[in-house]
Amino acid sequence: MARAFKPKIATANDLLEGDVVYFTQEGTWSRRHSDAEVAQTESAAALLLARAQGHPLKVVGPYLADVTLAGDGTPEPAHFREAFRTRGPSNYFHGKQAEPSDV
Amino acid sequence: MYSYSDFDARFVRDRVAVFREQVARRLDGSLTEDEFKPLRLMNGLYLQLHAYMLRVAIPYGTLNSRQMRQLAHIAERWDKGYGHFTTRQNIQFNWPKLCDVPDILDALADVEMHAIQTSGNCIRNVTADHFTGAAVDEIEDPRPTAELLRQWSTDHPEFSFLPRKFKIAITGSPNDRAVTKAHDIGLRMVRSADGLPGYEVMVGGGLGRTPMIGKVVRAFLPKGDLLPYLEAIMSVYNRKGRRDNKYKARIKILVHETGLDEIQAEIEAAFETIRAAFPGVDPALVAAIEAAFAPPVFDNTRSFALEAAVDADPLLRSWVETNVAEHKNPAYGIVTVSLKPVGGTPGDATADQMRVLADLAERYGHDELRVSHEQNIILPHVRRADVPALHAALRDAGLATANIGLITDIIACPGMDYCALATARSIPIAQEISQRFDDLKLEKDIGPLKIKISGCINACGHHHVGHIGILGLDRAGVENYQITLGGDGTESAAIGERVGPGFAADDLVPAIETLIDIYLDLREGPDETFLQVYRRLGIDPFRAGLYPQEVASHAA
Repeated sequence: MARAFKPKIATANDLLEGDVVYFTQEGTWSRRHSDAEVAQTESAAALLLARAQGHPLKVVGPYLADVTLAGDGTPEPAHFREAFRTRGPSNYFHGKQAEPSDV
Repeated sequence: MYSYSDFDARFVRDRVAVFREQVARRLDGSLTEDEFKPLRLMNGLYLQLHAYMLRVAIPYGTLNSRQMRQLAHIAERWDKGYGHFTTRQNIQFNWPKLCDVPDILDALADVEMHAIQTSGNCIRNVTADHFTGAAVDEIEDPRPTAELLRQWSTDHPEFSFLPRKFKIAITGSPNDRAVTKAHDIGLRMVRSADGLPGYEVMVGGGLGRTPMIGKVVRAFLPKGDLLPYLEAIMSVYNRKGRRDNKYKARIKILVHETGLDEIQAEIEAAFETIRAAFPGVDPALVAAIEAAFAPPVFDNTRSFALEAAVDADPLLRSWVETNVAEHKNPAYGIVTVSLKPVGGTPGDATADQMRVLADLAERYGHDELRVSHEQNIILPHVRRADVPALHAALRDAGLATANIGLITDIIACPGMDYCALATARSIPIAQEISQRFDDLKLEKDIGPLKIKISGCINACGHHHVGHIGILGLDRAGVENYQITLGGDGTESAAIGERVGPGFAADDLVPAIETLIDIYLDLREGPDETFLQVYRRLGIDPFRAGLYPQEVASHAA
């Protein structure tokens, strides 16, 4: 039996800074996970990844990551690795957690 | 210390210039990421979870104060004010920006440092005993050999595309502080029957997903034969090492699959050919390298200042007991500065701390520092009379933790707080264990105990050779930690045995406490170490304590 499809987003690292970035509906890259465009089907996910791969001068290594959806449809990381990527390391207040949330 | 020759200096500068161009070409689109990635890796630049990471080589773990200050400067100017010393005796900067990296590499070149061959399928930075030149049990300082190996292996055309990465470790002492048996090649200095120093050569050790203890291929190799012999090993590996499967490509698999006798025969056959054509290393070059590692001029004035100070200061006494080792010169001690403060990140030092260490090395330590694979900093030559003043200065800088060799002197890889390969975090586990056992105030009573933590099967945290090893895994989307017991990274090297099913993060520290309680209960006296108890009684009593229900159900 085919496994149930999990909603997905496209994520990568910024070419210049290495920071974690997420691909948005507008075709841009955002520092915020909540801005990510969500693919709800297998074919939408393939298309999302293909679009995300079209920015080699902006990002490195785009890939699809599973998300769960909050009540209002906001994507949240499904796996702890992706959750860590939204925050930064746990031993210092560095990375995204230390940046103003409205950036 | 070895100083760069004109050739070395030009070579390193040229590499920086080439890399600067490569970065520019990546940024303007002339190079794709697929093309650029191997180029940046050849210069030590990784892309990790949250940022780039630059891994800087510290050859055989030796630094002078000028170099340490430059690392502090780099940490402050281009990173977030700290650096992470690793189990490979390197330093890693966790937050550089791509466009700054050529400038960082130039800053490193200013102090005769680089990041070359800290990645890729080449011969990596040669690691060494961190007590070299000072250890009381040392036959000879192995660093001239290590430096020779650095020069020989750097950009060696034959060994730039090996089946997989290749790590060499070296010690000049019979007591192995460099984990030589867990390296692709381990070199341990021994004396021949007629008293000449040479090397015992071990091949095919390694940790990772298939941990193996290195096998002796030559019980005694004269020093002069080292390069042709290593070339023989490398050529056998280069020809026969597997390239079809990354997980079977290390030399340990080749040795294991071929068998010791056959691999030995092949190495010896290759050695015969290579040695016949080997012109020998230029004696002037050897002499120059050896001179660069000549011991400092020791001040042999006898003094009992340390003994008097220790009597008056219990904190100093406690620190001296754990952190000051015997030096070959009785007027001196080897000081290990712990980078394992209670609840801290193993191996991290702030830029300010690096400067303090540089200053103290200059003032009290003949301008020498070492990085140990156990992620601490060593001042190898400190007059015993200067130890109280040194200790006071370290205390002011938050660097006087008295825990070397004890349960809180934990090795931990960066784990999933930084590393893109990790399957779980290791730093918070180290922090919790450290905090818990400091709270219990049992550390000294427990005695020598090495906990080593890796955040994935690649085993950068050396968990296989920890007396207690911890391996972080992803089990169905939750961090889970496996415990191994009885590992040993010294001359009596052993791979730890898995004790049973893994533990959730919250259950891990209580499990470690249970193991310690069992040990304290079973030991025959305070002098019997954890490892000795394990070797005497085996894994069963520990297993029974950790999994009481399982044992009960088997008995039923």
